[in-house]
Amino acid sequence: MSRATLGWIVLGWIGYALLPWYGFDNTATPTLSDYLAGHSGLVLGLKGAWWLLPVLAPLLIALRPVAGGSGKTDANWMIGAGLLGLALILLQGFTIGLNGWTLDILKSLFGAPGPKQGGMGYGATLTSTAFLLVLCHGFAARGWCRGDAFVTSSIGIIIALIIVFVFFPVSTILASAFADNSGNFAPLEFFAKFIDRSVWGLDCLTGDLRCGVAWNTLFLGLLVAFGTTLLGLAFALIATRTGFKFKGTLRVMSVLPIITPPFVIGLALILLFGRSGAMSSLLYEWFGIPRSRWIYGLPGVFIAQLLAFTPIAFLVLIGVVQGISPTLEEASQTLRAKSWTTFVTVTLPLMRPGLANAFLLGFVESLADFGNPLVLGGNYEVLSTKIFFAVVGAQQDQGRAAVLSIVLLAFTLGAFWLQHAWLGKKVYTTVTGKGDAGIPLPLPRRVAFASYATAIPWAIFTLSVYVIIAIGGFVRSMGRDYTPTLDHFLTAFRVERADWGFYFSGSAWNSFFATVKVAAFSAPLTAAIGLLTAYLLTRQRFSGQRAFEFGTLLSFAIPGTVVGVSYILAFNVPPIEITGTGFVLVMCFVFRNMPVGVRSGIATLSQIDKSLDEASLTLGAGSATTMRRVVLPLLRPAIVASLVYSFVRAMTAVSAVIFLVTAEYNMATTYIVGRVEAGEFGLAIAYSTVLILVMLVAITGIQLAVGERRLGRRSASTNSNPIAVQAAP
Amino acid sequence: MKLRKKLVAASMFAGAVTALSFASAGAAQAQGALVMYCGVQEEWCRGMVNAFERETGIKVSMTRKSAGEVFAQVKAEAANPRADIWWGGTGDPHMQAAEEGLTVEYKSPKMGELQDWAVRQWEQSKGRTVGIYSGALGFGYNTELVKSKGIPEPKCWADLLNAKLKDEVQVADPNSSGTAYTLLATIIQLMGEEKGFDYLKSLHKNINQYTKSGAAPAKAMALGETTVGIAFMHDIVTMVVDKAPIKVVAPCEGTGYEIGSMSIIKGAKNLENAQKFYDWALTPAAQKIGAETKSYQVPSNKATPVPPEAPKLADIKLINFDFAKYGSSEERKRLLSKWDNEVKNLPK
Repeated sequence: MSRATLGWIVLGWIGYALLPWYGFDNTATPTLSDYLAGHSGLVLGLKGAWWLLPVLAPLLIALRPVAGGSGKTDANWMIGAGLLGLALILLQGFTIGLNGWTLDILKSLFGAPGPKQGGMGYGATLTSTAFLLVLCHGFAARGWCRGDAFVTSSIGIIIALIIVFVFFPVSTILASAFADNSGNFAPLEFFAKFIDRSVWGLDCLTGDLRCGVAWNTLFLGLLVAFGTTLLGLAFALIATRTGFKFKGTLRVMSVLPIITPPFVIGLALILLFGRSGAMSSLLYEWFGIPRSRWIYGLPGVFIAQLLAFTPIAFLVLIGVVQGISPTLEEASQTLRAKSWTTFVTVTLPLMRPGLANAFLLGFVESLADFGNPLVLGGNYEVLSTKIFFAVVGAQQDQGRAAVLSIVLLAFTLGAFWLQHAWLGKKVYTTVTGKGDAGIPLPLPRRVAFASYATAIPWAIFTLSVYVIIAIGGFVRSMGRDYTPTLDHFLTAFRVERADWGFYFSGSAWNSFFATVKVAAFSAPLTAAIGLLTAYLLTRQRFSGQRAFEFGTLLSFAIPGTVVGVSYILAFNVPPIEITGTGFVLVMCFVFRNMPVGVRSGIATLSQIDKSLDEASLTLGAGSATTMRRVVLPLLRPAIVASLVYSFVRAMTAVSAVIFLVTAEYNMATTYIVGRVEAGEFGLAIAYSTVLILVMLVAITGIQLAVGERRLGRRSASTNSNPIAVQAAP
Repeated sequence: MKLRKKLVAASMFAGAVTALSFASAGAAQAQGALVMYCGVQEEWCRGMVNAFERETGIKVSMTRKSAGEVFAQVKAEAANPRADIWWGGTGDPHMQAAEEGLTVEYKSPKMGELQDWAVRQWEQSKGRTVGIYSGALGFGYNTELVKSKGIPEPKCWADLLNAKLKDEVQVADPNSSGTAYTLLATIIQLMGEEKGFDYLKSLHKNINQYTKSGAAPAKAMALGETTVGIAFMHDIVTMVVDKAPIKVVAPCEGTGYEIGSMSIIKGAKNLENAQKFYDWALTPAAQKIGAETKSYQVPSNKATPVPPEAPKLADIKLINFDFAKYGSSEERKRLLSKWDNEVKNLPK
């Protein structure tokens, strides 16, 4: 048995016998003695919490292999201990709640209310983790995954996390799809809500009426996915394959929208193209084009989402475009293909994983987007806003929200399957260990022209939106009163000099610090879990892999509001009682944003030849070492993408966190939403400007810290211009 | 090899511990002696919290959310309530929470000082919620746009059907906004159900957008995005005070109103402090804070000075709004689905 296994068994004992088993009551201030022994599972068990005592059995079983024995029986003992331990902890956790028995059967059998207990604390968490790890090590000892304990442990941990933080909360809320408002099982009501005309109606094709919200969402999602992929590709090609002079600016332009808090793009579009917007006024005065309200509805949401999500496509595609081996293209040219033919038959097919992933992300993002449809949707309804108002609106119909969520989920998963079908079983490996002597070809002229023609006007458009945003924070009231002022910034970010130091008296500081803290915690966790998952999915083979992949995508596919409510339903009561803490916000972000890490990791990994890992493994390095020394350095673009994305998302997400914020952990976005609701656009825009700057600094920092991938490709020009999001020029 | 595995294990452990310490740090901080969900504007909420803390020394942890969001949260947290008091926000969700038993009865010694409508709210909810302010429904128009269009100034609900106002009226969607639901209930009580729906159908032709949030039409009016906006009058007044070219109208036929309410959450961990806050929030000193923070609702304590900017309830023809009937879940569901089918889906 390995020392790691031994270590986990010891930790399991520490968690049970020394650390406090339960979490502390919110109102109590724990002292040091509370942390040690006095409130451990063992002590409490002996003092009368009898349901904790059975946990002792698997802990003792786990000691059996320590005493020595043959490998095979050791493994069986470990598996047995792990399974039994987890089962016992789950069983007592879910049957005994804050107010006694949780099941009516138990109440009638043993009398109400029965024993009571609080949420899991350090001890319970550590012991459960130890059981899980011992179980995984046991499987490794049985020879699973070539006996690699690192791989089995990683799979085990990620599956456990996904079950706890995705399946468990989501299933609690989806169950309400089949219940009526008082909580009884009512499948008929489900069907009535599901086939409702407001969801699937096709009246817009035949007449003047509106189509169902499902079709609206689908149509918008496809438009946006197509548009963002195209624009992202244009930007990626220009950034990697041309000698365009303003690449730096172009990159900043393309990345700015992703770091813009929601509502702001929508607001800026209204201020530009609304009926009394700056652009509309110009058009009216110069060309006599009458002012209209065209921006409210499909066009507005489409433009705003294009602005917001093109950067994601760009981030995914740039890693892929850059990873394409010039050797193949050179071979094509040597065989006398014209540059256009080469582009169409070699370069483009090699970009397929990137294109498919960019399309998928664009589609899913559009489906999940909440802020833009809220501000610009007009009478064009989409599922995400409809779901939000089913929960908080005048109808207060959680079941309807759950039904609509199922529709949304079906779309997302459908896109996921289509993508799989399209990519098929082809091989896209272009980063190999063999010498790569090629020079990236310049783009064929028509492709270059098309790229410029799409990307540059778009960049200019983005720029004008941001000019509006930049001005908005510094004038009294955008659109009405252009007197310059610093008031908005002072209200939000005033700092006073007191005798004892600086006093942050501005009204935004509180939420600002909380947001930065939560974002800084969740970004590295998201990237780590996401990339580890991508590695397991592409490099390891294990049964249930597809189900595993499906699980990682699930939380992304579910609208934020539903996730928010489901987190309260699941985590407000024991055994896992974490609402009201910063931890629940971090976990919410990690599991909502992880899919981007997974997707970009998969896209990049499928380009990297497995022989590189195999070489490392053959030379005696373990999976962990191979991961760290070989795979990770090659994954740098994906690391940057997922770190940046998760940090930014943690700072800009709205719908998921609206239910999770507390007085201590108020998030910047909820503050901004409140400002927008109160009509203080100036303050909202000023706060957003500050957030944008913070995110720019963070992105630059991430870029510098992770560094760039060196692929040993020669460059045609002397100033090589590699990868990813160089945010600031 | 072994060393490396140990490192991996150790780092995983360290990760778990840091994550947990993060969690407990949050939990340890949440020991405020009163946890409050606030349903009005940020400044007003802040003002209330600061004044109460100064007065009593009780530390308040306040979270601001819209009324619907607070209701959804209180309902989701019912098994293990986090909040003690829910202050502010339109009355419907408070009534519904009372109906579903999410809040508890309390009779404040201040009850005698309150306006009749506030006491009626308390009686109808069997003591579970009390009125703290009220505001009448009305509409406003952008004076510049009305002038440039040459439309006579609208004064009544009927004037909004003017064909010249096609695509110029904005109101929220009653499915998402309590404000718009108040409009729906008001029109029905004014005109009767059948005629009321006829009115809403004709109005539909003039509506350019059913917004999500109830106050959004007021903002859209201020920006000149719509000519007429239907909203609570105090929300429109806030825009007027902000120097927007808007005129507020109390419709001549009469109009409905909302009662902003306050409830104590069932299972509140700091029940005593919640009651203290409840009593204090009904005093004139506490109710003055609204006007000081640019919210111009009419306060429920008779002794509280009514802000001069506030629409005078005395000058407004108020209907006898039946909150019990139109606040009940069943009636609401029926009216909303009727509105969905008969009004919203109409071609223009």
